[in-house]
Amino acid sequence: MNLNILNFIHEQLAPKTKLPSFKAGDTVTVHYKIKEGDKERVQQFQGVVIQRKGTGATESFTVRKISNSVGVERIFPVVSPYIDKIDVNKVGIVRRARIYYMRDLTGKSARIAEKKNYTTTTEAAEKVSA
Amino acid sequence: MSGIIGKKIGMTSVFGANGKYIPCTIIEAGPCIVTQVKTLEKDGYSAAQIAYDEKKEKHTSGAMKGHFAKAQTTPKRKLVEFDFEEPKNLGDVVTVEIFTEGEFVDVVGTSKGKGFQGVVKRHGFSGVGGQTHGQHDRQRAPGSLGASSFPARVFKGMKMAGRLGGDRVKSRNITVVKVFAEKNLILVKGSVAGAKGSYVLIEK
Repeated sequence: MNLNILNFIHEQLAPKTKLPSFKAGDTVTVHYKIKEGDKERVQQFQGVVIQRKGTGATESFTVRKISNSVGVERIFPVVSPYIDKIDVNKVGIVRRARIYYMRDLTGKSARIAEKKNYTTTTEAAEKVSA
Repeated sequence: MSGIIGKKIGMTSVFGANGKYIPCTIIEAGPCIVTQVKTLEKDGYSAAQIAYDEKKEKHTSGAMKGHFAKAQTTPKRKLVEFDFEEPKNLGDVVTVEIFTEGEFVDVVGTSKGKGFQGVVKRHGFSGVGGQTHGQHDRQRAPGSLGASSFPARVFKGMKMAGRLGGDRVKSRNITVVKVFAEKNLILVKGSVAGAKGSYVLIEK
């Protein structure tokens, strides 16, 4: 019974968004709206998705990138109204749902094998516009 | 003061109007039936007793069966009195619609029982001594209980180890984030004492 209630709440609070499907190991660009006073601008954060966790209204994902040789991780709620859009740049091949081991890897060993024969969202959008 | 009885369901998060991510507790509350009206003349104080959560007739004592029959309702598990501002009659129904989004309420729950706990967890003591320099056995100790020949006793109420949790805890002035009247659900900001499935009272 509790599960029914939770599902109902999640449906109410987390309407199905049009985000593309992505998983751990994929490289994505998150276009994130930032409010500065009255102005709103869109910031991009590109990196590797290292996990998706939670369900419904509390689902989130973590994106990791190396910025100035320092690892930076950012956690985004999936239902966030501040996410303008998400581009999937690369689909990676990984064997785990949570690739925490990426935190210990740098340089060449931190590469992820790329899945071939797929269309990224950016390419798909280009096709539509073309 | 009006109120309602409910059950804690769990927690979730909501993006509020100002764009902040708000942690919320989900409470399934009501509908509650008024099973007894207490009046100043008859009982010395005025209140309305409301009942919540179905229970089987075979688990109900004869006396309580009669009590519920007076209000023409089925047996319920939890009975609580509230002093409603507006007069209530036997058999009236109280729903979450008495609450509106954005208003402040108090939520009463029974905190999770932790059993017999030491002073560090129970009273926030910091223990005695360090981990090194040859010290041992004192990391979570309470320390001194008082002076020696005077007063030659331990004062009453000295904070010591003992049972922790299982207390009635009231969270005051927490915001109602959302009300789903058709599903008898209410979302309040922040956490509420108690385990999932335990009874809570929402007052305003």
